[in-house]
Amino acid sequence: MKIIIKNGRIIDPLSGTDEHADVLIVDDRIEKIKAGIPDKDAHEILDATDCLVLPGLIDMHVHFREPGREDIETIIGGSIVAAKSGFTSVCTMPNTTPVIDNQALVRFIKLEAEKGPINVFPIATITKGSRGEEISEMGELVQGGAVGFSDDGRPIMRSILMRRALEYVRMFDLPIITHSEDLDLSDNGVMNEGATSTFLGLKGIPREAEEVMIARDVILTRLTRGKLHVAHVSSGGSLDIIRRAKDEGINVSCETAPHYFSLTDESIAEQLSLAKMYPPLRTEHDRRAIIEGLRNGIIDVIATDHAPHLENEKKQEIEYSPFGIIGLETAVPLVITILVKENNFSFREAFAKLTCNPSRILNLERGELKTGSVADITVINPDKTVTIDDTFLISKCKNTPFIGRKLYGSVEFTICNGKVVYRSEQGQH
Amino acid sequence: MSGLKRKDLLDIQSLTTEEITLICDSARYFKDLFTRSVKTVPVLRGKTVCCLFYEPSTRTKLSFELAAKRLSADLINLSVSTSSVVKGESLIDSVHTLEAMKADYIVMRHAVSLAPHFLSKNTRSSVINGGDGFHAHPTQALLDAYSILEKRGTLKGLHIGIVGDIKHSRVARSDIEVFKRLGAQVTLCGPPTLVPDEFSLYDVNITYNLDTILPTLDVINMLRIQQERQQGSHFPSIREYHRLFALTTERLKKCRDDIIVMHPGPINRGVEIDDAVANSPNAIINEQVTNGVAIRMSIFYLLSGAAPLEGIDDK
Repeated sequence: MKIIIKNGRIIDPLSGTDEHADVLIVDDRIEKIKAGIPDKDAHEILDATDCLVLPGLIDMHVHFREPGREDIETIIGGSIVAAKSGFTSVCTMPNTTPVIDNQALVRFIKLEAEKGPINVFPIATITKGSRGEEISEMGELVQGGAVGFSDDGRPIMRSILMRRALEYVRMFDLPIITHSEDLDLSDNGVMNEGATSTFLGLKGIPREAEEVMIARDVILTRLTRGKLHVAHVSSGGSLDIIRRAKDEGINVSCETAPHYFSLTDESIAEQLSLAKMYPPLRTEHDRRAIIEGLRNGIIDVIATDHAPHLENEKKQEIEYSPFGIIGLETAVPLVITILVKENNFSFREAFAKLTCNPSRILNLERGELKTGSVADITVINPDKTVTIDDTFLISKCKNTPFIGRKLYGSVEFTICNGKVVYRSEQGQH
Repeated sequence: MSGLKRKDLLDIQSLTTEEITLICDSARYFKDLFTRSVKTVPVLRGKTVCCLFYEPSTRTKLSFELAAKRLSADLINLSVSTSSVVKGESLIDSVHTLEAMKADYIVMRHAVSLAPHFLSKNTRSSVINGGDGFHAHPTQALLDAYSILEKRGTLKGLHIGIVGDIKHSRVARSDIEVFKRLGAQVTLCGPPTLVPDEFSLYDVNITYNLDTILPTLDVINMLRIQQERQQGSHFPSIREYHRLFALTTERLKKCRDDIIVMHPGPINRGVEIDDAVANSPNAIINEQVTNGVAIRMSIFYLLSGAAPLEGIDDK
C-alpha cells in the first residue's frame, strides 16, 4: 500500500524540518520525504496544498469512560473522535469504573483499542483502587502496556505514599503523572478563588491548592530522583515552582490544557457549569503566564483533559454539575487560533507540545516525521475556519464552553500506522 | 416610562438605578394598602406564581406568598421536602413540570449560587431570585434599601455598616450593590476569615474593629452568624465572636442616637445582637418584614409589564 501526501508544508518539530515536500508512505512506514515524488504506483494521493503536514498528534490526557460509563464514551468511540481531531495517539486516564489498577484491565483497554482507528496508550493508577493507600503493581501494569501512572482526579494526599511511588517507578523510567492539588485547601470549591468567585458567591479553589502540592511533589522528586509529570497546570505560580525545579535539574515535566490558555474564570458567569473544570479556569494573569510558559518551554505538553459528560449530568446547578469539558475536537483550532494566530507561536513550537514532547516523556517512540518513522501523520489547514457547533462536534457529549466559536485550523487528514483514519469532507478526493 | 422591561429579577447588578428607584417607588403604594381593611388588589388575577424553594426558609417564603395573594395571583408551592426533588428529579425536569402547569412567575430559593440564572436560561416563565447560595438576595436588598429610604428619604451620603459573615452572605453582596448604587458609603466589618480582601473590589471600606466605626454610622446591618462557620474554623467560638462583633447595649451607646439598626432575620439573640438592642426604638427589624411584602408586590407587579403606579384604587 502506497500513499503520497502532495504539496504540503512538512513540519517536524523534533528535527526542526520546515519545508515544502511530498511524503511517500509505504505500508505503515514513511518511505521518503522529498519534493516532487512521482505519482506512479501510488494507491492514493492526498492533496495537502496550503496545509501543514505534521507528525500524528499525541494527547497524553483523555478520559474515555470505559470500562464503567460506556453510556458517556467508549474507547472506540473516543478514538474515532480523536482521529477526527487530528490525534493518532491518546493516553487514557485510569479513573474509570473500575479504575485501571491491574494488568487485566490494561490489557482490556489495549484489546478494545485494536478495534479503533488510533493508538491508545493506557495510563494506570499509582495506587490500588486510586485510594491513595498502597502503590499498584506497577511492574505488572507496565508489562500489560501501561505507559505512565496517575491517580488523576484523586490527588495523593499522603506524602509518604507519593515518595514511595516516585522511588518505585524509577526502575521503569516512566513518569508519575500527578493531579497536584491539596484537597484540604480546595475545600469543595467549584471555581477559582478570586474576584469573580467573590462576586458570584461561589466557593473558591485557591491557586495555592495547586501550587502547594506541586511544590511538595517536585521536592519529593528531588528526594527520590524519580520522574514527575504534572498534569493540567492552570496557575502562573505553579510555573514559577516548576521552572525552579527544572533549573535545579529535577526530572519534572508538565502539561497544560487548551482551555487554560483560552479562557478565564470570568466565563463562569455566562457559561455556568460549561466552564466548570478541574483545576478551575484562573485569571487573565494566569492565562498570560500559561502562554508564556508554553513559549519559554516550562510547559512541555498540551493535553486536552478531554472529559465528556452527559448533558443531563452537566446541565445542572453549578455545584452539582461534574467538572470537565470535552477537548479533543477544539484542541487544534485553539492551538492555531490562540497560540499561532494571536500570540505568534511558530507552528514548530506549538506542535512540539503535541508531538515529540509527550512522546519523549512517555517513551512512545512516536511524534516524529522522518524517513523510516511510523506513518502517523496529521494534515491541517491552518487558515481554514471551523465553527464549533452541533454539526462540527461528532463527540456524543457536547459539553464545551467553546460552542458557537469560529476558530482557525481544520484537520484535513489523519493517518495512523499508514492508514487514512480520517478525512474531512472537503479533503475527500 | 413603563414597568420593568425584563423577564427576570435575578440580582441587583443587572438592574439599572432607574429600575431600583421604580421598584421602591411602587412599593410605597402597595404599603399604603396594608392599612386598609381589604388588603388585596386584583392586579395579578389569573396569573400563577410558583414558589420553588430548595432551601428551608420561613420569612422570605411567607413574604412572597403573601405578596402574591395580596395581588390576587394563584399560588402554588413546591418545597424540597414534599416534592419529587427528594426522589432525585433534576431542576430542569421540575421546571418543565411547572411550565406545563403554566406558571407565570417562578420564585426560587436555592443553596447553589447562580441556580436562578441557570433556571432563567431554561424557562419562559419570569424568574425571581429568592436567594441563591452566597451570591444574591435581591429582594432582601431592595427591601433593605426601601426601609432606609422610608426613614431618611435618601441613601446619598449615608454611612452604612454591614457586620458579620460577609463571605457567606448573599444579603451582604446584594446590599452592598444596592447601597452603593444609591450613593451610600459602605463599611464591612467582621473577622478577616469572614471578610475576604476581594470585597474591597466593591469599593467599600473594610475594618476588623467594630468600635472604631460605630460613631460615624447612620445605619448598621447585623448579619446572622451561623454555628457551622465555627466548625469551619472561621472563628474560634460564639463567645469570642460576641465579644468582638456583637451589637451590644454598650456598643449601641457609642452610636448616634438616630442610628438605624437592621437585621435580615432570623435573629440569634445574644449572638450577633443583644436582646435589648433588637427591641430598641432604633431597630426596624419588624418594619423590614412589612416592607418585604410591599417590595415583592411591587416586583411582581412591575415584572408583569404594567405601568408604574400613581396610586392604588380597588377598581
